[in-house]
Amino acid sequence: MTQSTAQSIEELTQTALGELVLLDNSEALEQWRVRYLGRRGGLTGILRGLSQLDIEQRREVGALGNRAKSTLEDELEKRSQEISQARLAQVADLERIDVTLPGRPVATGRLHPTTQVVREITDAFVAMGFSIVEGPEVEWDHYNFEMLNIPQGHPARDMWNTLWVDYVNEEGQRPMLLRTHTSPMQARVMESAQPPVRVIVPGKCYRYEATDATHEWHFYQVEGLAVDEGITFADLKGTLFEFARRLFGSERKVRFRCDYFPFVEPGVDMSIDCFSCQGTDSSCRICRGSGWIEIMGAGMVHPQVLAGVGYDAEKYTGFAFGLGPERIAMLKYGIDDIRHFYSNDLRFLRQF
Amino acid sequence: MQIPLSWLREYVDIDLPAHELAHRLTMAGVEVGEVTELGGWENCCVGQVMEVSPHPNADSLRLCRVNPGNDSEMEVVCGAPNVAAGQKICFARVGARLYNTHSERHETLKAARIRGVVSEGMICSELELGLGEGHEGIVVLPDDAPIGMALDDYLGDTILDLEVTPNRLDCFSVLGVAHEIGALTGKPVKVPEVRYQEDGPPITGQATVSVADPDLCPRYTASLIQGVKIGPSPQWLQDRLARAGLRPISNVVDVTNYVMLEFNQPLHAFDLDKVRDKTIIVRRAAPGEALETLDGVERELNTEVLVIADSRDPVGLGGVIGGANSEIGPSTTSVLLESATFNSYNNRRTADTFRLHTDASQRFEKGLRPELAPIALRRATQLIQEVAGGVIAQGIYDIYAGSEEPAPRVTLTLKRLKQILGMDVSVDQVEAVFQSLEFDTERVDETTVSVEPPYWRSDINIEEDLIEEVVRIIGYDNVPTTMLSTPIPYRQPAPMTELKARVKAALASVGLQETISYPLVSLEDLERVNCIAETSAPLRVANPMSAGHDHLRPTLLASLLGTLSYNEGHKEGPFRFFEQARVFLPRPNQLPDEREVAAGVISGLRSEPSWLVDNGPLDFFDVKGMLTSTLALLGLTPSWEPAAGEENPALHPGRAANIVCSGYKIGVLGELHPSIAERFDLRYRPATVFEIYLDDLLTLPAGSGRNFRSLTRFPSAHRDVALVVPEDVPAGKVQDILDRHRLVEKVELFDVYAGENLQPGMKSLAFHVYFQSSERTLTADEVNRTLDGLLRVLQREVGATLRD
Repeated sequence: MTQSTAQSIEELTQTALGELVLLDNSEALEQWRVRYLGRRGGLTGILRGLSQLDIEQRREVGALGNRAKSTLEDELEKRSQEISQARLAQVADLERIDVTLPGRPVATGRLHPTTQVVREITDAFVAMGFSIVEGPEVEWDHYNFEMLNIPQGHPARDMWNTLWVDYVNEEGQRPMLLRTHTSPMQARVMESAQPPVRVIVPGKCYRYEATDATHEWHFYQVEGLAVDEGITFADLKGTLFEFARRLFGSERKVRFRCDYFPFVEPGVDMSIDCFSCQGTDSSCRICRGSGWIEIMGAGMVHPQVLAGVGYDAEKYTGFAFGLGPERIAMLKYGIDDIRHFYSNDLRFLRQF
Repeated sequence: MQIPLSWLREYVDIDLPAHELAHRLTMAGVEVGEVTELGGWENCCVGQVMEVSPHPNADSLRLCRVNPGNDSEMEVVCGAPNVAAGQKICFARVGARLYNTHSERHETLKAARIRGVVSEGMICSELELGLGEGHEGIVVLPDDAPIGMALDDYLGDTILDLEVTPNRLDCFSVLGVAHEIGALTGKPVKVPEVRYQEDGPPITGQATVSVADPDLCPRYTASLIQGVKIGPSPQWLQDRLARAGLRPISNVVDVTNYVMLEFNQPLHAFDLDKVRDKTIIVRRAAPGEALETLDGVERELNTEVLVIADSRDPVGLGGVIGGANSEIGPSTTSVLLESATFNSYNNRRTADTFRLHTDASQRFEKGLRPELAPIALRRATQLIQEVAGGVIAQGIYDIYAGSEEPAPRVTLTLKRLKQILGMDVSVDQVEAVFQSLEFDTERVDETTVSVEPPYWRSDINIEEDLIEEVVRIIGYDNVPTTMLSTPIPYRQPAPMTELKARVKAALASVGLQETISYPLVSLEDLERVNCIAETSAPLRVANPMSAGHDHLRPTLLASLLGTLSYNEGHKEGPFRFFEQARVFLPRPNQLPDEREVAAGVISGLRSEPSWLVDNGPLDFFDVKGMLTSTLALLGLTPSWEPAAGEENPALHPGRAANIVCSGYKIGVLGELHPSIAERFDLRYRPATVFEIYLDDLLTLPAGSGRNFRSLTRFPSAHRDVALVVPEDVPAGKVQDILDRHRLVEKVELFDVYAGENLQPGMKSLAFHVYFQSSERTLTADEVNRTLDGLLRVLQREVGATLRD
């Protein structure tokens, strides 16, 4: 009995090991384990028969069986390792995918390029202590013109072709309009606060103007205003220079030339040196060969404007400036036609 | 303004290259838009026609012997009717590059046999040289043109195209620009000297001039030239006008235009014989008066219009345009010449009224100085005699009845200069600037300078104007560059600005593309989205750019659907658009209420076409999911309440929800009304739209936003329940009942079913319900009891039963 049991353990072990070397995947290994080592497996069955043996034999054969079990377990583990090693060695071939296939689409939304550029501009000034304020898009003539030193009948009114609202007041005048610039907020802000004032005003503006590649009747502007005792034209230069460096790179140079806006005196126009050709290309598309790109109008707040809001124009001085985000975006991204901005063609919007 | 360099050179030496001059002017505030070179006529020179004879084989052609300067005569065939022996002409040799009027291209001239005769060159017309449009006849040069001189040297020029700002009226004239150049380059400016003989009888005996309304005409001067002969102007005069962009008309009229371009003063010449009683009265128009102006239009006048009248009728609109009745004609012999100053405000109003913005009115409206009137009058009187002959009457009329404004003297202190510019400028430097500008300069003391600007400058009124003069002449580069050093003011709170930024960022983050469209729409657009009757009539623009953009929009919907239908034209989708902008709600006698709205339209396939994705159309629930996430990003958990159809006429009556937070409606969401989808001819249906009212978001009660809930360390238990409820019970109501129990942490609806195995009129809703406590681990018993309690409530409130 002992003999035959021992023999069958030995045979089973040999059979099992003989099969094991032929197995090459984890499922087969698991079947093998169940067959020989499982609760109903061969080895377990043999060992279960031990109860019929006397104690001496039981110990002898039990030891034999345990040795066989651990041999099989060791070999199983070894084989399992071998198979997974072999598999890993082949995983590239077995599990290869075509990585050039397109990815699963994820819906993405973007902000309009104007929104992005307005944010860049306001961020630059907020970092210099300016607060953001906004104002009405439908304005009174009073704020859009008169408080800005542009009285009725002033020839400079021609600089702002105006869209008027069809509203006539009791005096028979037509005083309501779509603001032609964000400058009316200069007067509104100063009327409601004493100096120091340091604000930036982003917003939509409107002009009665035919559209072409560089003109839109609906556009954005960002206005700036700083008023306090001791603010000078030199500060205007420094502030706008810093702005230009933030938006167009720290190596930028700026240039100012005389220009006219009725609500500033002196009035200037600021250009930056051409970031595209650095003035080296006489046929440069960006600067048209001049080496300079005009980006905004500015100046020292006209004493008439300060006096109009009740400020002491001898004590307080300040500067104001205004720029067009679309123009900045066109320069930064090389957009050739302003009409793209508000036609909302996805093929355009998706590029930003 | 087109300013020929050749004309400028008459008053000031210019040794800078044209582009450098243009740059200097531009930097000083007189912007040169373009510099146009006139010339480039190689192989062309001044020639003289020695002899003209008929062409042997063609009646319309002539043979001309031309002397091109080297005493060698050349034979040329010429078809121009005005060619004659003795003329100085523009002669092109073989090899010249000229505009060919037949081929309409620039071509190189070749020797050619024309009807059997070899032509060795060409006598040129304006068109062929690019000098003008004329090609009926050849260009005839003045008699003193030097034979043989290269045409580039004789006729070549550079035209500066100035973009003059409204304040720099002086630079609407050649002399004004010359003065500016003088100041910038330090060269002296020569103003033309005026001297003539007054050989006629006194003007006072032959014409009467009076000003009845001096408030509108502060100064009126007039001279009289009799015995003139009207004819074409000499070539030099015609050339100058043409190069400055004006069309030559006749000698007398040309002189008035010439002096206007030269000195800036508009002038007008009357045929005195057509002026009734030889009497000029400057007065407001009488009620009912009319005038046919020089442009041939009969104009009804009103009493605010200033007219120049004879003893009975108006003969001109003062400072705007002359009348046809007193126009200079070929038979005119007596010229009454007017040089006046008109009230700028009234002048502009008249020009606006008649939409007649003439060269004259564009100058008067900007405020010419009265000192200029007699100066220009004398200059023009002299020139008329020079080009049209005649005798000048003795004396002039000079009625300076307007309130005689003292010449403006303006004072500048170095202290103010430093306060504005942030730099020191010495008194010597300041004085030198003003002297270069020909201001009458007086040093009051070592820190104060007082100046009187010359008659051509009308833009210097206050100290800051002088500061600008100083800085623009010394150059802005010389001003230091400093950072603001004054204290930073307290930040102004800007809750709406911040909310808008967060809403836009949130909408983009759930996959929506921001768009920005025109805030002006048409009534038709609004009708198409059923948004007309809802509010009072939208605000209208009085002078719209186009009929499609004439009303301030009270909704963003029309614009968004426009954007959608435009993009459907060339893209497959998906379309996920939003816009954040203002809508305008009219208020009586006030500016409109501008309310910030975020709105969107979503349609098309759920995903870009993909080999991986099983695609379906974007629908209500896609958008509801987007908005749920958007509002969650803003810290809001809204409820969605079925909306009545009449409340949102643009939405599908059965597929619309109000978005409600803390009891306040903050927006709507719904499928677009099928009739609107039809009107817009949308390719992809459904289209789902939403609106969020940001002003209402901003005024939500405190505590509606984000509140931190502590993370519990006790496990949650979950049960699945399938409830059968009547079909008209909203799922949201069932969910709310489950949600509101304090031990229910989360409820997820995972199945909705109606049909087989259910009674008709019933539906099944299946939920995962998660139970959790922040204080202890819940026992199975507790969870079951809680659920049983909830089921009883559901049974009572919505008639729910557990599905078998």
